[in-house]
Amino acid sequence: MTQTRNLIDEKGIRTDGRTADELRKIKIEVGVVKNADGSAYIEFGNNKIIVAVYGPREVHPKHMALPDRCVLRCRYHMSPFSTDTRKNPAPSRREVEISKVIRESLEPALMLADYPRAAIDVFVEVLQADGGSRCAGITAASVALADAGINMRDIVTACAAGKVDERIVLDINDTEDKEGGADMPVAYLPHLNQITLLQLDGILSSEQFNECLDKALNGCKSIYEIQRLALMKKYFGSESEEIREEQ
Amino acid sequence: MSSSRRSTLIVEHLRKQQMWEAISKGKRLDGRNLDELRPLSIDLGIIKKANGSARVNLGNSEVIAGVKVETGEPFEGLENKGALIVSAEVLPTASPFIEPGPPDEETIELARVVDRGVRESEMVDLDQLALIPGEIVYTIFVDCSITNTDGNLFDCTSYAVVSALMSCKLPVFEIQDNRVIDTGAIKPAPVTTIPVSITAARIGDSIILDPTAEEEACMDARITITTNSDSHYTAVQKGATGAFTREQIKSISELARLKGQEVRGKIKELARIGE
Repeated sequence: MTQTRNLIDEKGIRTDGRTADELRKIKIEVGVVKNADGSAYIEFGNNKIIVAVYGPREVHPKHMALPDRCVLRCRYHMSPFSTDTRKNPAPSRREVEISKVIRESLEPALMLADYPRAAIDVFVEVLQADGGSRCAGITAASVALADAGINMRDIVTACAAGKVDERIVLDINDTEDKEGGADMPVAYLPHLNQITLLQLDGILSSEQFNECLDKALNGCKSIYEIQRLALMKKYFGSESEEIREEQ
Repeated sequence: MSSSRRSTLIVEHLRKQQMWEAISKGKRLDGRNLDELRPLSIDLGIIKKANGSARVNLGNSEVIAGVKVETGEPFEGLENKGALIVSAEVLPTASPFIEPGPPDEETIELARVVDRGVRESEMVDLDQLALIPGEIVYTIFVDCSITNTDGNLFDCTSYAVVSALMSCKLPVFEIQDNRVIDTGAIKPAPVTTIPVSITAARIGDSIILDPTAEEEACMDARITITTNSDSHYTAVQKGATGAFTREQIKSISELARLKGQEVRGKIKELARIGE
């Protein structure tokens, strides 16, 4: 990747006005798709993603059913209008891979053995894409799964960190992803302390690798709070009431 | 749509138990230590029609990689660079469980992870491969055929791609009157670094390197880490349906640097670089 301009100014401010440790604006709404068993809508910077969960339900075709656990099926899809140039609606190789890594990042959190011979379908639809859509998709998907009442060990929270102008920064945006030095998406189970997604492209030294991973994990912990509040808002009404009750 | 499924390779319960017992004592069923790789062999130039080729055997896994060089239009946004395209196909010859047809998600992931390892490490200096910037550039295809599978296709395929690229000879193209002329001369590809991927699997609380097909059928989680000649990380991909702790990632990433150096030395030796 070639650097064409400075992405961080002398005060340490990034192209979109954030500091190195600052997340983009995140908004999560629960229960936005009326027909779905669980759903969530997330705005993560300029990402706008809707996730619907159906299930546990019967598996079609039947031969795909597993006798001892539930089949988890995931589809990550970008709408044709979600990108700068129109995206062909047919699933690309990138979307096939992302569907797979999203499924694998959610599976450790789900108690699939509780629903043998059934299927849970997770549909992640990217309406508007910015950098980090897979992380935003995972974050929304785990909220939607919780909304569907699926038994879970933990919530999955995801966030990327990366290298821009030789500095490690949290939550890479689209410009930084395309022009910066490295991108590391991470998904994390905050209570079980387990990493369920880890990818990297770009060059990092050993120190930078560890700094980047720790920064992403810290980002995940902040995002977890937003997920929690979004779920509480749907199920307990106002956020503040519930927090008082808890204390 | 990505769907969870059972491993196609069924490992008997008794065999699994033996594997767990062995691993808990620091040994594996094929006699290796936990962090020991299988023997690696590389044969170069086995396909005369290709600009570069390699057959790599990692234990019983076998991959043939061939390089074909053409000219074409550059990628969008990378107008002044040559194009490098890595593909992989698991042939129906490779195991009784493979059927011909469009690639499944595992094969797509394999090709994309191997491609990422080579591309992100900037192994080939693509800046040197533009003929008319923005219009005509070198297009390098590295196509991999997996002819036998016994686990760890990520590393086996990656080593094949790297060996084929290191030994490949590019035709020297020249531009005359805006047309591409093949001068008939050849030159080595502009290789700047040697990316090496190391794949680890977690079985229970133990981490093993270079898993066989049988071990992959029993693993909880997998991670592939690629390092370049400076021992910097260039690509990572976690796979399978389990998770890793932060501490496990730390120790695997250190192992990947260490073992990466070892394999890089072996590839250099076997691909006879510098001659």
